[in-house]
Amino acid sequence: MATFLVRRTIGAILVCIAVTFIVFLIFIVVPGGDPAQRIAGKNATPQNIINIRHSWGFDQPFYTQYWDMLKKMFGGNLVSYTNQQNVLTQIVQGMPATFSLTVGAGVIWLFFGILAGVLSAMTAGRLSDRVITVLALIGISMPVFWLGIVTRYYLAEGGLVSWFPDGEYVGILQSPSQWFSHMILPWLVLAVLFIGFYGRVLRGNILDTINEDYVRTAKSKGLTPRRIMVKHVLRTSLIPIITLFGLDFAAVLGGGAILTETVFDLHGVGQYAALSINNFDLPPIMGVTMYGAFFIVGFSMLVDLFYAYLDPRIRPT
Amino acid sequence: MASETEFTLDTAAQLATAERGSAPIRGRSPWYLAWRRLRRNYVAFSFLGLFVLVLVACALAPVYASHVAHTGPNAEHVLDTVKVNGHTESVVTNGGYISKKTGKPCATSETGCILISAIPIGPTWFSAGGKFVLGADSIGRDVAVRLLYGGRNSLIVGIGSTAICVFFAVILALLAGYFGGWIDFVITRFFDLFYAFPVVLLGIALGSALAINGFHHFGINIVSGSLWIPTLVISYVLIPYVGRPLRGQVLSLREKEFVEAAISQGASPLRVMFSELLPNVTSSVLVFFTLIIANNIVLEAALSFLGAGVQPPTASWGTLISDGQNLIVSRPWLALAPGIAIVLTVLSLNVFGDGLRDALDPRAKVKIDH
Repeated sequence: MATFLVRRTIGAILVCIAVTFIVFLIFIVVPGGDPAQRIAGKNATPQNIINIRHSWGFDQPFYTQYWDMLKKMFGGNLVSYTNQQNVLTQIVQGMPATFSLTVGAGVIWLFFGILAGVLSAMTAGRLSDRVITVLALIGISMPVFWLGIVTRYYLAEGGLVSWFPDGEYVGILQSPSQWFSHMILPWLVLAVLFIGFYGRVLRGNILDTINEDYVRTAKSKGLTPRRIMVKHVLRTSLIPIITLFGLDFAAVLGGGAILTETVFDLHGVGQYAALSINNFDLPPIMGVTMYGAFFIVGFSMLVDLFYAYLDPRIRPT
Repeated sequence: MASETEFTLDTAAQLATAERGSAPIRGRSPWYLAWRRLRRNYVAFSFLGLFVLVLVACALAPVYASHVAHTGPNAEHVLDTVKVNGHTESVVTNGGYISKKTGKPCATSETGCILISAIPIGPTWFSAGGKFVLGADSIGRDVAVRLLYGGRNSLIVGIGSTAICVFFAVILALLAGYFGGWIDFVITRFFDLFYAFPVVLLGIALGSALAINGFHHFGINIVSGSLWIPTLVISYVLIPYVGRPLRGQVLSLREKEFVEAAISQGASPLRVMFSELLPNVTSSVLVFFTLIIANNIVLEAALSFLGAGVQPPTASWGTLISDGQNLIVSRPWLALAPGIAIVLTVLSLNVFGDGLRDALDPRAKVKIDH
């Protein structure tokens, strides 16, 4: 187990470094405007730009620049080109909104996804199964930002009703009730896609498991259908769902909810990244990508460990 | 007497002789069998019809534009007027403060009002002789025309990026699965790396970077407004999602006897890969192809919505939604129509892809009667 952990950790660190290197390369190779020009502003003299280029180190070879950026990033001193704000502080500021969004939506999508999967598998072929399948497919086919715009206007801004408060993120410490009511709509919108997806995956898994011999044994022992479902079928069928959940949860936590955050103006990490990208601001993008990669790599490690715990056959040696 | 009803080898032989007279059992190819299964799946088939309908409608966009709407996708009609049921109405009227609740003008001081600079004409539903069927946008462009042209661009980007994605995924999977060893190691690490990437973030970064100046390196010249940019940016995102499962399949096929037989007959690696292994994964590739087009259409819309995909004034379903979101108060169809178009297209591809998978994979354990 220890060697497995060490190997995975080294692999994870290598992946994170590779990710930063690729992002850095993209911004060197892709023409998108000189960062010195960006810092200097519109009315800068050529001498001005040369000075900035020198003082920020843009005239250095790219590996020196990359090394400097890595040093700054791990020291927490990464600074935006556009407004000279510290990237780490900005990311930390966005984290409460992103975490609230992800955790709430995660709970909703896991619960309803499992519910949908179990219901449609237990009634496979019947009307309720068809209805759930159709709804799940529609959920998967819906662009999340469009759903966000439409529901925000019709349900929160008063296009039809004003059931939900409209507006930005409210801190949970400021007012828990306000926090909750402001987050419901973003949670639901973000969860729709995953509910559909998980429901379908789980339905397939359950239907595969139901035909296994040990389920037949359980049935012939006279166990109740409920007990068979919970203790025998779901136990195996949920394993792939847990993997999926770990990875999706990490992706959303790592800035993957960029669209939901933008549409609902939540000022989370994803929205920070979107704004920086529009300004062509390399350091925040590096920071957020690194932050995202950190969660994704970390959670995939956790998922592997959990998997090994659940299924002794794949326990690493 | 009992010996007559007993089933012996003799009776079996008799039965066989009797059957020889009747029509022989015809061998059918797996493709034919799959087609027969698919044909019986009416739901999947009708959704395929829906997708073809969308394709045809978008392909006929120029015809609609020149013969019905009499305008182009980027033609602005800010100062023009149009006859609706005999009345002359201007295409774009001056805006003002609009109530978010009712969509009607209101005083500046009221809460829940927003300032809109220009209010375009709403849907005319063919009462203006085919002009502005879905209304106009804030600079007087015909939304119905832009919807069709936008669909064309969205589909081009979606299908094009899928083709590139699947092509590379298949090549990588074949290489990794056939050669194994260090080639497999490198390719799997590459897939792992892409899994760990915040891909959407990277797509947005690349898309918006390329949108500024285009790409002019290594003898490749792509201008900034080109549809190639979103197509290429989107294409790489899903390569590992296709490549990984395919690699697994190739890896297990590699151990089968027919591959050994081909190699022992002196078949070159290329021949084994493309005429022995590839045909055996074609059904998976087909299913992936359908489902990934659906995925990429949504991804294109998302990138364009954030300004990192198709660049204005070129229409796409994503840019249309982003144009329409500010006017949703007074002209909701501007944002609703492209969204509905996306949902229908993607839904049809998803349902058809599912049906295709059921039809192509007879080993699927569970068969639900349709």
